[in-house]
Amino acid sequence: MTSILIRGRETSGLPATATVKAPPVTTAIEFRDVSKTFVTRRTSFSALTNVSLSIPRGDIFGIVGYSGAGKSTLLRTVNALERPTSGSVFVNGHEISALRGRALYQARQRIGMIFQQFNLLQSRTVFANIAYPLALAGVAKPEVVDRVEELLEFVGLSDKAFAYPSRLSGGQKQRVGIARALANRPDVLISDEATSALDPDTTAEVLELLKRTNAEYGITIALVTHEIDVVRSIADRVAVMERGEVVEHGTAYRVFSRPEHPTTRRFVSSVLQHVPSDETLDRIRRTHSGRLVQIAIDNPDASDPYLSRISREHGVDATVVFGGVSEIAAKLFGSLIVELSGDDRAVDAAIRDLARTVSVTEVPHG
Amino acid sequence: MDEAYFTALIPRIWQALAETGLMVSVSFLLAGILGVGLGLLLYASRPGNLLENRVVFGVLNAVINIIRPVPFLIVAVSIIPFTRLIVGTSIGPLAATVPLVLVASVAIARISESNLVAVDPGAVEAGAAMGASPARVLFTIVIPEALGPLVLGLTYIFVALVDATAVAGVVGGGGLGHLAITYGYQRFDWFVVGVIVLILIVLVQSAQLLGNWISRRVMHA
Repeated sequence: MTSILIRGRETSGLPATATVKAPPVTTAIEFRDVSKTFVTRRTSFSALTNVSLSIPRGDIFGIVGYSGAGKSTLLRTVNALERPTSGSVFVNGHEISALRGRALYQARQRIGMIFQQFNLLQSRTVFANIAYPLALAGVAKPEVVDRVEELLEFVGLSDKAFAYPSRLSGGQKQRVGIARALANRPDVLISDEATSALDPDTTAEVLELLKRTNAEYGITIALVTHEIDVVRSIADRVAVMERGEVVEHGTAYRVFSRPEHPTTRRFVSSVLQHVPSDETLDRIRRTHSGRLVQIAIDNPDASDPYLSRISREHGVDATVVFGGVSEIAAKLFGSLIVELSGDDRAVDAAIRDLARTVSVTEVPHG
Repeated sequence: MDEAYFTALIPRIWQALAETGLMVSVSFLLAGILGVGLGLLLYASRPGNLLENRVVFGVLNAVINIIRPVPFLIVAVSIIPFTRLIVGTSIGPLAATVPLVLVASVAIARISESNLVAVDPGAVEAGAAMGASPARVLFTIVIPEALGPLVLGLTYIFVALVDATAVAGVVGGGGLGHLAITYGYQRFDWFVVGVIVLILIVLVQSAQLLGNWISRRVMHA
């Protein structure tokens, strides 16, 4: 395995790395049975309990949970800002949780991090903020200038190079944060609630930038958020945390389309409001006399205009009365309630026809 | 008030001003170096900080807390043997700088400590996340981020030093304070007292203006 993490240094001298089996090359981050207990004089608090999770290389991985679920603590073990009480964390095959001193500082230079409150240095210009990690890595002056200019270009802030952070908007500050995190060409970018202090428009802008970072540089992104919509819009994979444990994880499409754990269901239902509540359904039944069907849209064949087709071929009227379709991990997912009116037998045939493209269930009238 | 009065007074004011200037600048310079150094040590050795050391922090903390509440006059008088040991005399502006340095150092130590502690923990964390060593974080993040308020704190101490030199004048330090006491308090010459007070006000005002200007230059919040 190539030593990307610790350039030009022998890692065999590190005690734990030699004895523990390293994760496969396709894994960017691996948490192996990670537990963390915070002990104060009187109490002890278990923030993480036996968390095991693999984040594939090149993925955007969302870790979602309510506050206090332990997701930030988990994320902070990736660059050893937090050390596990037991268990280990691997980044690019190296056990980061076993590193100390210089080896750790050098490993951290290859792990970018962005923060909710941006954490820029107020006493330095935008340029100097982005140049700071380059100076840490010992990059030569002329190279620093080129790299900073390149990064400013990438985040669209070339005109703000010599402004101080206090003069920037929240979105601009986060873009500086991203440029700074990317300065040393990291393999992994970790994001701790990076959009939670931003308004919806700016959030979308920053998420777009993270997507580009992932697509153009192939950087693995692990992001922690309590905003499920952030995960829906950019994550390939999701882990849901509760009380220091991962209660469910999988591809974003699977987790959103078929949530299993109650907490996941709560999260998903807060953004995907395609399915009517019982009261809404009653109201729909009262106001619509035709037969009602519920169509589950699960990444359907886009070339089939199923609604207009059955209407034309079977001579029934089709009206959408409730529902919605969302994009999850670039696939369509949703649910529609459609009123079909016309001859009873024609409607029966239409329903059978529909079922060939999408999954249909008839909603009984009261 | 005739011409002879002024020809006698003006050189005395000049001399007193020079003595005050000497006391303030020497003690400010030495106390600045000592005090900021102690402040850094206090900050770094603080429980939970980068070079956590309970013994160093505890001892420094106790020493500072013992010196700070003692009135300057009592400090000046009680360390006379120490002053003699260092400058060879206990009279004159140079002798007065010894207790001035001592008192100002501990005050600056406290002010620097609190300014360093007030630096955004997020900035410190970002430094660690980027791979800066604790010492590097201290010198390239904590100190630059604290510089604006630190300059204002030092300005405050500078003004307090001008005030303390007046007290030093009473115990043989010379300077403007001594002149004001001998003319005003002992000879009821309120004109001289007025002139000296005016000079002190101008001195303090310009120091404050300069301090504000510098802190604005280094602070970009």
